[in-house]
Amino acid sequence: MKSIDVRGLSCPEPVIRTRKALQDLPANESLEVLVETVTSRENVKRTVGQLGYRVKVEPIDDGFRLVIDK
Amino acid sequence: MRDKLTEFFASRWGIVAAGGLIGLLAALLQKLGNPPNMGICVACFERDIAGALGLHRAGVVQYLRPEIPAFVLGSLLAALSFGEFRPRAGSAPIVRFVLGLFAMIGALAFLGCPWRALLRLAGGDLNAVIGLAGLAAGIAVGVWFLKNGYTLGRSYKARPMVGWIMPLLMATILLLALFKPAFIFASEKGPGSLHAAIGISLLVGLLIGFIAQRTRFCTMGALRDVIMLRDSHLLIGVLALVVVAFGVNLALGQTKFGMSAMPVAHSNHVWNFLGMTLAGLAFALAGGCPGRQLFLSGEGDGDSAVFVLGMIVGAGIAHNFALAGAPDKMVEGVLQVGGPGLNGQIAVIVGLVFCVVLGFALREKMD
Repeated sequence: MKSIDVRGLSCPEPVIRTRKALQDLPANESLEVLVETVTSRENVKRTVGQLGYRVKVEPIDDGFRLVIDK
Repeated sequence: MRDKLTEFFASRWGIVAAGGLIGLLAALLQKLGNPPNMGICVACFERDIAGALGLHRAGVVQYLRPEIPAFVLGSLLAALSFGEFRPRAGSAPIVRFVLGLFAMIGALAFLGCPWRALLRLAGGDLNAVIGLAGLAAGIAVGVWFLKNGYTLGRSYKARPMVGWIMPLLMATILLLALFKPAFIFASEKGPGSLHAAIGISLLVGLLIGFIAQRTRFCTMGALRDVIMLRDSHLLIGVLALVVVAFGVNLALGQTKFGMSAMPVAHSNHVWNFLGMTLAGLAFALAGGCPGRQLFLSGEGDGDSAVFVLGMIVGAGIAHNFALAGAPDKMVEGVLQVGGPGLNGQIAVIVGLVFCVVLGFALREKMD
């Protein structure tokens, strides 16, 4: 699974990087995104929802792990 | 209960409630004594604090505005209550300081931050349209840099004390505002002399800080997300602010439509536009409007705190070196158009060049 780490980045970089990674991702594959804050988690979730993909969220030590199915 | 509230605040109605509440409270603060079309202005209030601390000696804009520390402390309370207080720092603080400094210089060329631009619009001051257009232009340039890999790099988790510094600094300002020691400057005339009672400003500030932390209200982000992502979530909150403030202003007789000699404003269109272009670009490159930077600093973000300190120092520089815009004046019935003098115009151009250089210099290849 492709993975990007956007922890600690200012708004809106987590969203930009997630969108870019999703663009480059082949269909039917999954993307792992590591985010740090609740704000980034919600922003990425909202963007992914708007793009029509499904996302699963789980808490990790310093933030959240999002898995997006394309 | 906590999760339900979090869900509400993250929703469309949550951001509408936040914007509406800010619009309502800002219009009421004006009624209760804050300057005209300046119920809340983050840039102006930080400038007044800079004056009260003697960082500049413009006698008409010196007052320890309780709203600013209350924003930070309200956000701190929200972050602590919802487990979101996360001390962090280390994302190019020196760059953020200088961005804060130029953001303030740009905002003071216009005479207000994005919050005040919205409130000026809600009070009928149509110069705000030019200012907001400039703001959007600056943000659009910032979006272009962001899309092309501009980044200030990541921040890192810090020890708790790092996150507490800004709330402690702000609590100190609040104590100074309450006890008024002799070394604090206070305007006897002009905008700095106009203010609501301390207790009211404090309560309103705490409430707005709390709600804004929960909803991530951001005036710059509102335009940025529309330009970049076609995402209108934050913009709806900003529109709610304008609509409610306009309604309350109408009801309270606080509206005056026009462009010339509006309250604490000038009608020098070029510099209204360019001042806010600089502010918008600097906010976009720093990741938040001046309000959002305060709320982030309340969550423990040391980098946003540095941006805020940059704005306060920028206010000192702006008034010491005569960079700020002068309001329009009526002299014997003749309108004298205000705006920034030559110093201010040069400073705005230097700021724009600086931001563009940063935008190119701080790009990195995205994975």
